[in-house]
Amino acid sequence: MTPLLEVNDLKMHFPVREGLFLRASKFNRAVDGVNLHVAPGETLGLVGESGCGKSTLGRCITRLYQPTSGEIKFRDQDISRMRNRDLLPLRRDIQMIFQDPLESLNARHTVGEILEEPLIIHKMGNRQERQKRVAELLNQVGLPARSVTRYPFEFSGGQRQRIGIARAIALKPSLIVCDEPVSALDVSIQSQILNLLVELQQELNLAYLFIAHDLAVVKHISDRIAIMYLGRIVESGPGEALYRNPQHPYTQSLISAIPVPDPHQKSQRILLKGDVPSPINPPSGCRFHTRCPRATQICKEQEPVLTAQPETGGLVTACHHAGPA
Amino acid sequence: MQDAILEVDDLVVEFDTDEGRVRALDGVGFSVKAGETVGVVGESGCGKSVTAQSIMRLLPQPMGQIVGGAIRFHGQDLASLSLEEMRRIRGARIGMVFQEPMTALNPVHTIGRQLTEVILLHKKVSKQEALQKAVAILDRVGIPSPDIRMGEYPHQLSGGMRQRVVIAMALVCEPDLLIADEPTTALDVTIQAQILELIQELQQDMGMAVMLITHDLGVIAETCQNVVVMYAGRVAERGTVYDIFDKPSHPYTQGLLASIPRLDTTPKSRLTIIPGMVPGLRDLPPGCRFENRCPFSDEACCVQTPVEEAVSGQHTVACLHWKALSPAQPGGVI
Ligand SMILES: Nc1ncnc2c1ncn2[C@@H]1O[C@H](COP(=O)(O)OP(=O)(O)OP(=O)(O)O)[C@@H](O)[C@H]1O
Ligand SMILES: Nc1ncnc2c1ncn2[C@@H]1O[C@H](COP(=O)(O)OP(=O)(O)OP(=O)(O)O)[C@@H](O)[C@H]1O
Ligand code: SF4
Ligand code: SF4
Ligand SMILES: [Mg+2]
Ligand SMILES: [Mg+2]
Repeated sequence: MTPLLEVNDLKMHFPVREGLFLRASKFNRAVDGVNLHVAPGETLGLVGESGCGKSTLGRCITRLYQPTSGEIKFRDQDISRMRNRDLLPLRRDIQMIFQDPLESLNARHTVGEILEEPLIIHKMGNRQERQKRVAELLNQVGLPARSVTRYPFEFSGGQRQRIGIARAIALKPSLIVCDEPVSALDVSIQSQILNLLVELQQELNLAYLFIAHDLAVVKHISDRIAIMYLGRIVESGPGEALYRNPQHPYTQSLISAIPVPDPHQKSQRILLKGDVPSPINPPSGCRFHTRCPRATQICKEQEPVLTAQPETGGLVTACHHAGPA
Repeated sequence: MQDAILEVDDLVVEFDTDEGRVRALDGVGFSVKAGETVGVVGESGCGKSVTAQSIMRLLPQPMGQIVGGAIRFHGQDLASLSLEEMRRIRGARIGMVFQEPMTALNPVHTIGRQLTEVILLHKKVSKQEALQKAVAILDRVGIPSPDIRMGEYPHQLSGGMRQRVVIAMALVCEPDLLIADEPTTALDVTIQAQILELIQELQQDMGMAVMLITHDLGVIAETCQNVVVMYAGRVAERGTVYDIFDKPSHPYTQGLLASIPRLDTTPKSRLTIIPGMVPGLRDLPPGCRFENRCPFSDEACCVQTPVEEAVSGQHTVACLHWKALSPAQPGGVI
């Protein structure tokens, strides 16, 4: 299938200002050469530790940020350098859901106003048609119709996330970047929202880029998964293959570190040394070499590239010594 | 079987708020034995932290009050101690670690100063000995170049490192009991794995008991021998980790276990849900507090408060209909 979204060698370097004249002498290489693709109706899960660049990548794709370099092809059109005025139709088609909906919802507007706003901006329907659409949206995300007159703060975390989702689907997009949409929710609420996202995907043929640090959640909702470390994708492929047969030492340790909710199954954790290094001064060669149990001399010198791994069910892995744990 | 070093018995805690008095804990009871790890699990707002704060006598004052029950540490009622006596127990015999390490650290003092202060407060040692002890414990919790770190400030450390320092501070006086309130929730899984491993190792070295508060059932399964499941200020169920995961007998425990996505389930399959949400303290249902979300509730549940009943051994459950529902029971439906 031709991808809906294709990202090639994408970089987002933030200037780090320091010194008297606030000259940017260093750069935070938050996203540093990312390749990925998402097919229509598909979920690509994006997993990685705090600060590895997941949100930055998501914000580049929704063009909240102007990336430093690289290509973002959406329906075969490179949108990475598009100017704001040309982005309007695109903003309809690519939406975003955030971890804390309250931050992204205007607290002084009622839920009805919040949901109607995108329809007004994109000049969709008259007043009456818009109100009908708002009612339909509330119903779709499982909120009572009377919510229209209420304010975001009157809702619980899970309900607010439903409002965020309703707003994201209001314009019938084809891609939604979901940035940790369930990370702040309790398990019983988390499962409600995950079910809703799956239902809506099937109903509306939505594609998701689903960002999270909980691999079990990502595994549940994704068709394919990409593992990110310090600004780069280190391994990706179908969820099942990645979880059953990971070839990258980082993926292996990440999976082994997930506490399994079964006391009979004491996992053999592969403990990593130390912390994630700073993206301002990433390690030479393979960025994972400072923590990798398999690192050798070549890893310090040469950056590994994503390579297809035969007989793994479709994994691509960036590692000089890729193989089972 | 060893004696409990901590016994919480029928604990009732209330808060004075602008809109009147609310009851955050309503008859919470459980015990912790020497050397064991007890997990306290439940969703946001169910009273896990208030339980910990009550034990440590750190409830926000003057709003938070223990209005009933007892908290016995080595048989001594902590609620009857003076603040001065309590201060001596805190840090020395009961250590604590919270979710956000910065709340436990003073941003304007060096790591070394904060550690040695704790040691000097509780131990009769010279300044020199305190310094040595401090470096040794930093080394023990896995902080590289501990002598250099002694001179650094909290903001110079990563989140994982800070949590290690807090653990070092909690453990430097070798307490009998460590209370850890979501110690790894703010950390990445790979760092979480390091910290949990560290707590377990230190526990084995020192024979310390641990009360581990978390909402992560995975963390519970991997680290605890006994589990307390809380819901809306009460204990819903408790027992060994095998009782809880193999034979969950409370509909809430059953719902929790069924609703978590697992690595080996079919992608995009429908997850079991618990409908609705945890009621606020101001609108608690009168009978069973789980009544408005429970698939098995009936009229009796709306009026009658379930009391804890023994399922088997240490396993207890507070549900009117647990016998008909429990997998531990012949003919149980789940
Ligand atoms: N607007 C910005 N300006 C400057 N630096 C930024 C900005 N946004 C992110 N960064 C930096 O870029 C790096 C990647 O951050 P990002 O938020 O993308 O990580 P993340 O993977 O989403 O982490 P988390 O799991 O904590 O949300 C970090 O070092 C961060 O400090
Ligand atoms: N200072 C306070 N004043 C009034 N109510 C309070 C206060 N502190 C806690 N509460 C209430 O007591 C209840 C239990 O809170 P607690 O912090 O123990 O929950 P928790 O189980 O630790 O949740 P979380 O998982 O979110 O940390 C909540 O309903 C909370 O609103
Ligand atoms: S390239 Fe080397 S350092 Fe990097 S992950 Fe592979 S073995 Fe480890
Ligand atoms: S007492 Fe009734 S409402 Fe409460 S958990 Fe048991 S069956 Fe459900
Ligand atoms: Mg992020
Ligand atoms: Mg808490």
